[in-house]
Amino acid sequence: MKSFATLSLLTGLLLAGAVHATAAEHIHASHAWIRVLPGNLPAGAYVTLENDSDQAAALSGASSKTYGQVMLHQSSMQGGMSRMTMVDSLALPAHGKAVLAPAGYHLMLMQPVSPVKPGDTVRLLLKFSDGSSLPTDFIARPANALDAGDENAAKP
Amino acid sequence: MKCRPLWLIAASLLLVAGLLLGGCQNSAPLPFRLTNVTGHMPPLEFSLTNDQGKPVSAADYKGKVVLLYFGYTHCPDVCPLTMAHLHVVMQRLGALADGARILFVSVDPARDTPAVLHAYVNAFDSHAVGLTGKPGNIEALVKRYRSAFTREPASKDGNYEVSHSSAIYVFDRDGKPRVLSTPADSQDDLVHDLQLLLSTGVQP
Repeated sequence: MKSFATLSLLTGLLLAGAVHATAAEHIHASHAWIRVLPGNLPAGAYVTLENDSDQAAALSGASSKTYGQVMLHQSSMQGGMSRMTMVDSLALPAHGKAVLAPAGYHLMLMQPVSPVKPGDTVRLLLKFSDGSSLPTDFIARPANALDAGDENAAKP
Repeated sequence: MKCRPLWLIAASLLLVAGLLLGGCQNSAPLPFRLTNVTGHMPPLEFSLTNDQGKPVSAADYKGKVVLLYFGYTHCPDVCPLTMAHLHVVMQRLGALADGARILFVSVDPARDTPAVLHAYVNAFDSHAVGLTGKPGNIEALVKRYRSAFTREPASKDGNYEVSHSSAIYVFDRDGKPRVLSTPADSQDDLVHDLQLLLSTGVQP
């Protein structure tokens, strides 16, 4: 009887695991790009995240083998002053989306391990608050780019 | 014969009146769309170092329409966005853009050397110039235009951010402040006002 109970519990846990998939499995990334600045200057990374799950999720940060440090930031405007603050997490509502775009939320990429040039693809591991993560390729764009560019454009 | 001097005086008076009227027409207010600051701020004046390492003052930009912006190169989001927008503005101005200069003044002279600024401004637009200098000289320019900046506390690794005013100050070819552009203003309005300033007062 005791072993049956243990078995049921285990089966239940396994089933629960199968039903409640991780946040990363339900999040789709698009328009992922990085504004590359000269030298070792920090760069901003932008992406649109869509959550097709019934469960709310949250982006908690990111990491990359190409950059020593990645931070989730928000730019804001207060009384004509532009400032930047660190953000712990960015909400991804159920069946909703979050947009990381210039002058708002962005990932600040610091200490490039090797120089990143426009046209390069950089992989970032987007991390969610449930512990899951989503590897995402970001296209490196020139300093004076305004968006991810034409996605059909030929890569160099 | 004695009349001649009188005729001359009358003709001279007419000529002077005509010149005065002409002068008045030239100084009629330009129909700006952005916030008009004509007569409300002092003329451009500074003593800084350009991105080639040479000392420069406002006199070096006489004859150019100047777009003055305060920023810093370690700013990964808003400063490059502003510079990227100004690059599009310059492209939209076409040949007129040759009469304009974007002056990117660093509010972070500790990290922004002329070399760092040189690479930075050139990544955006050929009409952009990076300016840095002694902290006191930068503060004087910031205060002159009632602008502001604050260095935020540094993180453990010594990195820090600088909060700063987001406006772009536009000066005419004589160094007089004319309009103020903020991030809330449309790019069309900035292009419109720059076209007005660039197509008037062209040096012969």
